[in-house]
Amino acid sequence: MTAGYPSPVTGLGGRGRSLASRAIDRESVLRRLDWVLTIAVFALLAIGTMLVWSATKQKELDLGHDPQGFLRKHLINISLGLVLGAMTALFDYRSLRAYAPFVYIASVLGLIAVLAPGVGSTINGAHSWIQLPAGFSIQPSEFAKVALCVALPMLLAERRDAETAPRLKDVATALGVALVPITLIMLQPDLGTTIVIGVIILGVLAVASTPTRWIVGLLLLGSAGAAMAIKLGVLKDYQVNRFAAFANPDLDPQGAGYNVKQATIAIGSGRLSGTGLFKGSQTNGKFVPEQQTDFVFTVAGEELGFIGAGLIIVLLGIVLWRAMRIAVRAEDLFGTLMATGIVCWFTFQAFENIGMTLGIMPVTGVPLPLVSYGGSSMFATMMALGLLQNVHMRRAA
Amino acid sequence: MTERSRLRLVVLQVLVLSLLLTLLGRLWFLQILTGDQYQSEATKNGVRNVVTTAVRGQILDDEGRSFVRNRTTLVVTLDRNVLERMKTAKEMGVLGALAKRLSTKKSKVTGPELLDRIQLCGEKNAKKPPICWSGSPFQPIPVAKDVAPAVALGIMERQEDFPGVAADFEAVREYPYPSKANAAHLLGYIGPASADEVSASQSTDHPLYASDQVGKAGLEAQYDDYLRGLPGVKKVAIDYGGRVTGTVSETPATPGDNLVTNIDANVQRVLEQQLLDAIARARSQYDKNTHKNYVADFASGVVLDVSTGRVVAMASVPTYDPSVWIGGATAKEYAALTSAASGQPLSFRAMSGTYPPGSTFKVVSSSAMLDHGYSAAGPYDCPSSFKVGPQTFTNYEGESGGRISLKKAIEISCDTVFYQQAFAQWIADGGLKPSKAKDLFINEALAWGVDKKTGIDLPSEARGSILTRKDRYDTWVANRAEYCYRASHGYPEVAATDPGRATTLQAYARDNCAPSGGAYQAGDAVNFIIGQGETLLSPLKMAQIYAAIANGGTLWQPQVAKAVIGPDGKLVKRFTPKAEGKLPISASTLAFLQDTLPGVTTDGTGRTPFKDFPTSLVPIASKTGTAEVLGKQTTGWFASYGPANAPKGAPKYAIVMMVTQGGTGALTSGASVNQIYRALLGVAGKSAPNPKLSILPGGVLPVGLPVVTYDGRILPPGSKAPKPPVSTIAPSGSSNPATPSSSGDGSTPAVAEPVYRPAFGGSARRSRAGPL
Repeated sequence: MTAGYPSPVTGLGGRGRSLASRAIDRESVLRRLDWVLTIAVFALLAIGTMLVWSATKQKELDLGHDPQGFLRKHLINISLGLVLGAMTALFDYRSLRAYAPFVYIASVLGLIAVLAPGVGSTINGAHSWIQLPAGFSIQPSEFAKVALCVALPMLLAERRDAETAPRLKDVATALGVALVPITLIMLQPDLGTTIVIGVIILGVLAVASTPTRWIVGLLLLGSAGAAMAIKLGVLKDYQVNRFAAFANPDLDPQGAGYNVKQATIAIGSGRLSGTGLFKGSQTNGKFVPEQQTDFVFTVAGEELGFIGAGLIIVLLGIVLWRAMRIAVRAEDLFGTLMATGIVCWFTFQAFENIGMTLGIMPVTGVPLPLVSYGGSSMFATMMALGLLQNVHMRRAA
Repeated sequence: MTERSRLRLVVLQVLVLSLLLTLLGRLWFLQILTGDQYQSEATKNGVRNVVTTAVRGQILDDEGRSFVRNRTTLVVTLDRNVLERMKTAKEMGVLGALAKRLSTKKSKVTGPELLDRIQLCGEKNAKKPPICWSGSPFQPIPVAKDVAPAVALGIMERQEDFPGVAADFEAVREYPYPSKANAAHLLGYIGPASADEVSASQSTDHPLYASDQVGKAGLEAQYDDYLRGLPGVKKVAIDYGGRVTGTVSETPATPGDNLVTNIDANVQRVLEQQLLDAIARARSQYDKNTHKNYVADFASGVVLDVSTGRVVAMASVPTYDPSVWIGGATAKEYAALTSAASGQPLSFRAMSGTYPPGSTFKVVSSSAMLDHGYSAAGPYDCPSSFKVGPQTFTNYEGESGGRISLKKAIEISCDTVFYQQAFAQWIADGGLKPSKAKDLFINEALAWGVDKKTGIDLPSEARGSILTRKDRYDTWVANRAEYCYRASHGYPEVAATDPGRATTLQAYARDNCAPSGGAYQAGDAVNFIIGQGETLLSPLKMAQIYAAIANGGTLWQPQVAKAVIGPDGKLVKRFTPKAEGKLPISASTLAFLQDTLPGVTTDGTGRTPFKDFPTSLVPIASKTGTAEVLGKQTTGWFASYGPANAPKGAPKYAIVMMVTQGGTGALTSGASVNQIYRALLGVAGKSAPNPKLSILPGGVLPVGLPVVTYDGRILPPGSKAPKPPVSTIAPSGSSNPATPSSSGDGSTPAVAEPVYRPAFGGSARRSRAGPL
């Protein structure tokens, strides 16, 4: 622990008192948590758990596997995620500045490891996973999001008192720092995560008062880069096809447009109240691929109807509202920017993920935060939420 | 925090909120506004029909004997969806292994043959039907029927070696040949519904499924809606891979209704045998015109009940064994059924073939005369020949009869009597420059409906034809250029072998090239009056006409179907006799015909074959006909009805028989017709009819209908239907006690549509023993 910062434990309550009295202490962690945020998060976790179960039950049964296999792993993921989140919340985020380089370097190493032959594994065309024993796997790009949400604010929040905007050197450094993981992720290739990170960079730079012309310039540069990528064939065929199918879903309803078509059918057929959990014919018929991860929202649409699917959007809205509130009320710019990065991350992923199932966004593989099955995404999301709680708890009362 | 940061946070908040509202709005649109549409799409998505073919109804004769029934067989099917997904080498491996198993000592099967069977008709490299598959591509394709249980079991037990292969029970048609009657043409056959038939049926009460078998010809086609029944449809929820995840709804199959026909198997059998006898008789005769025995290539016969039009028997030779259709005819079999070399046995010539009627047509000609002022008494000159311009028309055997009455002219079939009247009328109509032509004989034939169909309840009936003035002109206009070319260039290719004929042909061409060539020629009129030239009608039409003479002038629709009885024994429909028209003749003319025709049998051309028949007790009205056909031997007819003296309500039949290239009707068909009357009426030797000797019970056609019992047995008309025993119905769960396999509405084959088969696919483990 670095000197100069109060120990998070002593700062929050002192030793030697009973657990109960510590819990009700005005200064206790529990009291200072953002409870609205916490409740919304737990509600989303609960709904997500049911959806993951429903999406996988029939499939696993048909394969002769344990129908509760995914449910169990999802619950383990949530538990581990809660522990990680709690740990992230308890360290004073201001001390993270000291750890930030290590978090960043660790995630970059992870991304490099994925690309190393024999270590990474390919799922759905993206070389994004490191297989672990017991059926678990790690997706380092998820942790890269957390790392950037810490690293970018750290670089951009350090300025002299008189300055109202980051200096060019800071912005350049920040971009340089972001470029390394972006490049590595694009090599996988994982288009979805690349865009998420791009959005995080934009959001953090904007709220860090970066001059508008720089941001516009950056946007133009990004667009040019994307155009170049398509021209030079950096994007895989299937990625281009997904965009083509998005522009014209009837182009190839059996191929690239198939997922989108089946997803919209599943959601549309749910109508107001849905078929009821475990009763969706689209879900049980496995017409929607990747349904427990990227297309988990279709289960909600079909089985819980507008009421359930709408509730998920509302709950995500509450999470984002609380996160933005934390950003506004943060004690320092570092906290504000960190919360801003997380808001951008969650917002974009939620909009992209739900939007693609509703046919208003092209298909890219990003999970729905707190709802989709997937360990790394769950851990990264919980760590981000831990950071938010951390910022929230340490603002001046 | 700077002001700019704060402002940008506000922008961010607005952005987040608007994105979330976008999602909610889109969700509202999809689920609430257009949800119904997606719900129906989801329903279609996940539900497939597993069609259980209904057991087809039986086709029965008037006594309840089965012409066609069903039996259960083991069928091996191939699922082309599974096979297509394999690599070619593996697919051929599976097919090769299967072919090895299916091969027997008698018939060898090869892998490529099996591959041909699963090609879709119209696909590249596909063979012609019925080798290629004309059904739904999603339906398992039957490639072998009547598979030995051991073979089927061997295949099912080693599913891993035979992916895409299944063995199933299936009901197939069975032909018990009651009384050894064949009746193949009448029965017709069934085959897989074609894509066109399926789509055409969608707007009807009985939409077809791609897996359905439908009637393609004969009674099977005509009464398909009754016979087919309603398939059972089990709606199953399936996943994207076509695997069944549950049952949505289930309606059991309704077996098809049974069709009771007017055909009597015994009479049918006699007719079929007599046709063969007539052919044998003709082939033993020497034809002095062609200097060889008669070829007697085709023969047809019809037996009608004159007072109702019921078809008691109808047959053509050559025929074929209907069991060839069981499991689909092979290419070789189908070729044999349709090739010219084998005489196209598939064709039902009794109603689909038309032939020149010859002198049997004189009933029409003489009616025209009598109803237009000609005297019955005459007398009429019957010279041995009659000259029209350069052409000489003779009596058939060159005989002359002196001055005779019209009755006598018909009895001895004196052609020259009729030639003279035809020529006289032709002159009266203006000859080659016609004005106000009355066309006495043409109009009489049109009024009799010679060129119309009989209206029989069978598909593909041919209509007759006669040559009118207009036809003559139209043909001439179409062919004049050719005639004129031939008039100047002659027929060198004919002259090389037959100079005489070439000269005749050239003269004919010259006549036709002339500006008056399109006019109705004297030769046309002369040929027409004795049923020669271009007049053609079917044996069935001939029978309908002679039956009308017998019954007082009503042209009844020839009816093969008598009634439809449900599988439960309930009467579904009874067909009533239907009049198609009336003979356009006066009562006196009708009386003249009824008086004259029995004389043909006793004193005229029909006498020889009926010498041994008690015609004084059982008078038979008849008319012989011997038509000349260009380049062929003569076609002989024997048209008749009898007993001519039968009181109202007593049995009376019209029997027509004809043999192409068979010589005179009297010598070839007459004796056979004699035998059929004997069998029907119970006439032995020269004695009076004895109903006990008749092949019909009591010597009459049954009035009542066969009885279909609750358990599917069929009893003869007049039987008392047994009541179902109460005890077996109650709790046993099986509502099908002791169903005989022949009639069973018991086990039915399940055919999945389109993809799923319980036997194979991913679920092999679970339903391994399923279909067996």
